[in-house]
Amino acid sequence: MLSAIVFLPLAAALLLTVPAVSDRVARWAWVAVAAADLGLVAVVWANFEEPPEGRLAFEERLEWIPGVGASYHIGVDGLSLPLVAMTTIVFLACAIYALRDEDRPRIQAALFLFLQSVSLGVFVAADLILFFVFFDLSIVGMYFVIAGWGHGATAGRSALKFFLYTFLGSLALLLGFIGLYVSADTPTFDMVELAEMLPLQGEPVAGGAVLAAILIGLAVKTPTVPFHTWLPPAHTDAPAIGSAVLAGVLLKMGTYGFVRIAMPMLPEAWRAWAWPIIIVGVISVLYGALVALAQQNLKRMVAYTSVNHMGYVVLAVGVAGLVNSGTEDARRLAIVGAETQMVSHGLITAALFLLVGVLRDRAGSYDLSGYGGLAAPAPRLTTLFAIGAFASLGLPAFSGFIAEFQIFAGAIGTAPVTAVALLGILLTAAMFLLALQRIFAGKTRGGSIGFRDLSAHELWSAGSLLALSLLIGVLPRVILDVIEPAAATLAELVGR
Amino acid sequence: MESDAGLDVLAMLPEIVLIAGALVVLLTGSYLPRSRQGVAYGIATATALLSATVVPVTFAAAPEAVFAGTFLVDTTTQVARIAVSGATALVLLAGRRSIAGSPRESETAALALLGAAGTLVIAGAGDLLVLAVGFLLASIPLYGLIGLAGTARAAEASLKTYLLGALFGILLLVGVTLLTGLSGTSVYGELPAALAESPAGAVTVGAAAVLSGLMFKAGAVPGHFWVPDSAQGANGLVATFLTTVPKLGAFLAAFRVVAALPDPAPAAAFVGVLALVTMTLGNLAAYTQDDPRRLLGWSTVGQAGFLLVPVAVAPTSALALPALLFYVLAYAVTNAAAFSVTLALPGFRSLADYRGLARRHPALAAALVVALLGLVGTPPTAIFVGKLTVAAAAWQGGAAWLAVAVMANSVVSLYYYLRWIIPLYRPADAVPAQPTAPLRVGAARTAMAGAVLSVLLGVAAGVVFSVL
Repeated sequence: MLSAIVFLPLAAALLLTVPAVSDRVARWAWVAVAAADLGLVAVVWANFEEPPEGRLAFEERLEWIPGVGASYHIGVDGLSLPLVAMTTIVFLACAIYALRDEDRPRIQAALFLFLQSVSLGVFVAADLILFFVFFDLSIVGMYFVIAGWGHGATAGRSALKFFLYTFLGSLALLLGFIGLYVSADTPTFDMVELAEMLPLQGEPVAGGAVLAAILIGLAVKTPTVPFHTWLPPAHTDAPAIGSAVLAGVLLKMGTYGFVRIAMPMLPEAWRAWAWPIIIVGVISVLYGALVALAQQNLKRMVAYTSVNHMGYVVLAVGVAGLVNSGTEDARRLAIVGAETQMVSHGLITAALFLLVGVLRDRAGSYDLSGYGGLAAPAPRLTTLFAIGAFASLGLPAFSGFIAEFQIFAGAIGTAPVTAVALLGILLTAAMFLLALQRIFAGKTRGGSIGFRDLSAHELWSAGSLLALSLLIGVLPRVILDVIEPAAATLAELVGR
Repeated sequence: MESDAGLDVLAMLPEIVLIAGALVVLLTGSYLPRSRQGVAYGIATATALLSATVVPVTFAAAPEAVFAGTFLVDTTTQVARIAVSGATALVLLAGRRSIAGSPRESETAALALLGAAGTLVIAGAGDLLVLAVGFLLASIPLYGLIGLAGTARAAEASLKTYLLGALFGILLLVGVTLLTGLSGTSVYGELPAALAESPAGAVTVGAAAVLSGLMFKAGAVPGHFWVPDSAQGANGLVATFLTTVPKLGAFLAAFRVVAALPDPAPAAAFVGVLALVTMTLGNLAAYTQDDPRRLLGWSTVGQAGFLLVPVAVAPTSALALPALLFYVLAYAVTNAAAFSVTLALPGFRSLADYRGLARRHPALAAALVVALLGLVGTPPTAIFVGKLTVAAAAWQGGAAWLAVAVMANSVVSLYYYLRWIIPLYRPADAVPAQPTAPLRVGAARTAMAGAVLSVLLGVAAGVVFSVL
């Protein structure tokens, strides 16, 4: 079942590389396949039960390279299933959004279907090598999205920077994986077995070094300060759907790596390094918010909010390592918050990037000062963007609030000093309000004149993402019921 | 005794096929008119394919060591045979049009077959003297092959290769002499016991001399200078051949030599340093290259550094040999695929010429992307599995720093491979209309086949590993 979910888009992508397929067929085939994949995920979600510790639901395992202990091992649990669902939703939204795209739509559809396959692969992989294969291929796919469909004269440069930077991160990650493999009693790359064996327990130096390699790899992808510099140019030059996938899905691979790999396999090193991780998280929160506040380019601004939002996740997973504080419940809460934040940020930021893309499509610019009074000609865009902005800054009734509330409840309960990160919420609030005011309020001028409002496919794609955020905000049990048991298990694993 | 010798001959069937085929090609070529030289070339291609197909015959028939232990027919040799004969066949298939009609068509093919045979002798040698013979058999055809293009650049490259080859050949012979003199034997299997009492310093010097000599064949530091010049100056077919095939044997031979020493640690450390210097130099030097073949030439130097890593941990890691064997196969396929693209587009001698290739020949551009990303080590291509196992072997063998070096160098190498990939997907309209030579279909097909093969080899790595 999971294999079908992962490889259905890839199979469709291969079919779409046939030149005889017309553009129109390609666009609708993309939507159809993305929808079918979402349907399959819904079936999995409906039949999901949290597996016992050390097991995965919907598990599949085949030998791959037994000589080096790598297998085709996939499965889901409460940490991966929400991300799998979020991924299929974001990709479906992108497929709908791109229904009017004129630039090589057939190849674009094939490329995004390929990206969907590898993104899903990352989240279901239960083998480090399989994880790495998908992780690396996601970089290759996104490189071609930015280089091939990016706008602006610097798209090639940004794509190159993105590739080099994240490739560096992925190789650091691979080095860490090899370290885990070599240190295990029976060398293996299997995640479940490694989490049981705890290869580097009792070896603080080697454990710290391997964790450092893995952390650098994940920090580049997440990204956290100081490894975030590839992100703003990549987002600025990527097409709207590319940005949505990059921020919505690809960034989660970094944070997912923390909860799936680093924490359960290197609990001792994680606890030892909890404070540095927390500090990096807090700095990312504050720095991301401050720099976003200073941006003149709306897309860059949204990009920096990703640094800020991912900072909350890093803060939360760091707090989960403070075992000696004796606040078991608070730590568990932080993990639930981190996982919810991943899903929430994926939905909201993808929606925001899709909406920001409309600005460039209509008036060719993301410049804040180039617009004014957009609310009059484009009420639908204004409404959706305002909803997205409020959801993003953590207004109650949206998923961001559920996530950030749990993160802060957990973090402050465990380590009160982390309350300083609350400032980040204030800063993002100020930033979004300023942006709303400058673009949408006031006298209609500049790029706003003659601005065509959202068309149906833009409305439906971004709108449904925000509707889901609202749903999670109002009925959080939908997702918390899935996350909480897995978070409790993880909190225990880190305590070993 | 009689029947044993018969078995021994049967065990060397692939090598015999290559040499006999080379002679037939040479004779056929001599008696055929200029316009019919293609027949001789066809025989050469068939010979390489035949040599690869008869490898399984020797699986069952052969004892592990033949001719009194001087030639080893083990897994290593069998992998070398498949890689060398298979890659030679690929190269001959890809290079058909780049040599057709030239006055030296059949000679080129015959020399390539002889070079392949020499490479197999190096790989299978179980005796220092046989190794020396293999070195000469593999080197001398190369000098001729490079010079055959007849241009000034080719002449320079040929002379450079010849002088370096002579120098490193002598170095190899010095090492062979020293080790044989110290031990009283030249058979690998007897060396550990025979050298146990010898002064360690002298053994290390001898081993270092032999290994340095092999570095010429491997295209690694300190014997790498000829590689970029030859890759750029020689005929396209020859460039592909000499960057792909001859070095395959050298790594396997170096592995055998290191493993045959009574105390392999100093020699292994020596190879480790060579590996680090080679990969770093090759990757940095490739940075500024604009000629695709010269860029690939330096890239093969970088790859040689990666291939030396398992040799450096030969005595300490059980994973080293399978990793090396897999990497040899992966490298042969991927490098041949990348070079075949340059054979398909002979007029493209600058990276800028490749602008817009994706629009005109999407499949060929895709093959090039797969080959280049494969050389970087992007999963799921074969070299990814090669690099992964090589790095794991290094760490397992107590040389974690080499694993770090492999990863760091992979990042470095990505940059220059991307410099080639980027123009492929740029719109071509900005380029002034230039007389482009038509696409050479045979080479393009070989490139695509090679690219597909490199992915298949990576995905099916488990099957391959189970027999290594």
